[in-house]
Amino acid sequence: MANILVYALHYNGAINKNSLGAVSEGARLAAELGGEAHAILLGENVPEALAASLGDYGAAKVLVAEGPEGLAQPLVDAMAAAISGGGYKYALFGGGLLGFEIGAGLAARLGAGVAMEVTSVRAEGGELIAERPILGDSAISEISYRSEVGIVIGRLNAFEAKATGAGPAPVEKLSFELSAHASKAKMVTRGEQRGADVDIEGAEILVAGGRGLGKAEGFELCHELASAFGNNAAVAATRAVVDAGWYPYAAQIGQTGKTVAPKLYLAAGISGAIQHQVGMQSSENIVAINTDSNAPIFEFCDLGIVGDLNKIMPKLTEAVKAKRAG
Amino acid sequence: MKICVLVKEVPDAAVEKRIDPSTGRMDRSGEKNLNPYDTHAIEAAMQIREGGVVSVEEIVAVTMGPESAVRALHKAVSLGADRSVHLSDQALAGSDVAATGYALAKAIDRESPDLVLLGQQSDDGECYTIGAVVAEHLGMPSLTQVIKMDVESDALRCERQAEYGYDTVQIQLPAVISVGDAINEPRYPSLKAIMGAKKKPLDTVASGDVGIDTSKVGGDNSAAQWIAAKAPPAKAAGEIIEDEDTAETVEKIVAWLDERKLI
Ligand SMILES: Cc1cc2nc3c(=O)[nH]c(=O)nc-3n(C[C@H](O)[C@H](O)[C@H](O)COP(=O)(O)OP(=O)(O)OC[C@H]3O[C@@H](n4cnc5c(N)ncnc54)[C@H](O)[C@@H]3O)c2cc1C
Ligand SMILES: Nc1ncnc2c1ncn2[C@@H]1O[C@H](COP(=O)(O)O)[C@@H](O)[C@H]1O
Repeated sequence: MANILVYALHYNGAINKNSLGAVSEGARLAAELGGEAHAILLGENVPEALAASLGDYGAAKVLVAEGPEGLAQPLVDAMAAAISGGGYKYALFGGGLLGFEIGAGLAARLGAGVAMEVTSVRAEGGELIAERPILGDSAISEISYRSEVGIVIGRLNAFEAKATGAGPAPVEKLSFELSAHASKAKMVTRGEQRGADVDIEGAEILVAGGRGLGKAEGFELCHELASAFGNNAAVAATRAVVDAGWYPYAAQIGQTGKTVAPKLYLAAGISGAIQHQVGMQSSENIVAINTDSNAPIFEFCDLGIVGDLNKIMPKLTEAVKAKRAG
Repeated sequence: MKICVLVKEVPDAAVEKRIDPSTGRMDRSGEKNLNPYDTHAIEAAMQIREGGVVSVEEIVAVTMGPESAVRALHKAVSLGADRSVHLSDQALAGSDVAATGYALAKAIDRESPDLVLLGQQSDDGECYTIGAVVAEHLGMPSLTQVIKMDVESDALRCERQAEYGYDTVQIQLPAVISVGDAINEPRYPSLKAIMGAKKKPLDTVASGDVGIDTSKVGGDNSAAQWIAAKAPPAKAAGEIIEDEDTAETVEKIVAWLDERKLI
């Protein structure tokens, strides 16, 4: 049988949105292959209702495994155990850090083929073919699998979550054995929020800053421009500057941050790495200021300014203020 | 403690990367360099050595790649590695991520390290995952994207950013850790270190030397098969302004924003 096993990440009683997308995509593909999509959740006392709720996104069955949360290797053990029972032809992951780690570990365990950063999957002659952009998205490669099980790891936001109203799915307990190496990692603290709790999701205009700001104080330029735009504007950031402690995590856009779609996204000193792009590419208008004319952000912005943000932003702030006053 | 650092030779950032239409593989001609992300892994190894919590007997740079990849090893040695291992074999050409990770694990296994360090991504392959594959084959715990790592005798306390914020994870050694580029600021090699790099021991090994089953590696044996590469859908290019006269540039930006009712 050509069933698809879909990993679902959950935290604090909610399923990750990208995992919901993966379940929906799994259900769509399984239907084309003539099989079913089953979801798998792992955790400590996963609520049955939470697991069952994946039925609404197309899971025909949900497996629940008991184990330590937030780490990849326990899931490799659990998914390998589920797959060894037979019936699965593919394992599918939404976009996210854990999905990458679990999918790769599972590929090693099963001797399976794996494709990551997948943006689209199609069924052809009873097999799945994954599309993966490569070389800075300048080409798209098509990947097929010749292993018994194929592993597909999606790019963030590549698969859309679709509630079908099918109702709760049957939930089954999965017993599995934690491997020796998987028990050697222990979560000490999870999901720590660093820096202030800023709210950016409601903003219509985001002025985002990256490493090109040069130092933490560089964010002043972003704040000044944002306040020139008025109340509906806020400041956002890249992972590089959040990890460096220049700006709070709550304002981070991208794969391990927030996904936003404001009316205007003004990126200052941001290179436009794919992990940042996936969190802001649906913005209605993207303006980029960058000194490097080869920066990837110029490939997908609507207005690009090749220049020094230190020269441009103060003048732009004044001009926006003047325009709004005038 | 013995540390293996995995390093890769990649096309220089200034070289336009492309697929050779005749082979479907990456065109590897042109200027090459040590994968910049791997310099953070070497630096992390050096900081453990200099940190003094544990004594580091050896830092070994390991690569799998064609002949030219020795230059990446020389660079790694100039940055602090004591010696290097070059896994090079025609049978390995075209291996997918899973096969590459398997082959690297075999080469590492022979060294019996206490810690394996990698970069967060290769500039050309961009798989982010070799670490997880290698760890599974070695039967070691692992973590990727680590931005802070403290050694505590037989364990590491690692921090990284995951889906919901920062996680701190305690990992028992031996372990496989991929480090993020925020973990440190790599040092520049001294002229003396650059000059001396070619004199440090370099062990060139083939598949058979490290027990690689060649039916599991190479392009034809890889489980993920590239069937085609195509161009991405064309998208309308954005408007580009070169900032020469900033007053004029700002005027243009404001007009552009105004036209779209964004001010
Ligand atoms: C698993 C994973 C998850 C990730 N998750 C995220 C995420 O959620 N969000 C995220 O943002 N990133 C994420 N990243 C990191 C991402 O790959 C990039 O490293 C990061 O987005 C780069 O941030 P940046 O653009 O600020 O820095 P850089 O890439 O260093 O770019 C800085 C830019 O500033 C320009 N610049 C320099 N000086 C000036 C100046 N004076 N004026 C104008 N421009 C200037 C430079 O030309 C350069 O293009 C993730 C990576 C991985 C592997
Ligand atoms: N051929 C290789 N030889 C040695 N190390 C490699 C090789 N390919 C990838 N790596 C390591 O794996 C890391 C992640 O690469 P990737 O998973 O391809 O993005 C790199 O930063 C290197 O440390």
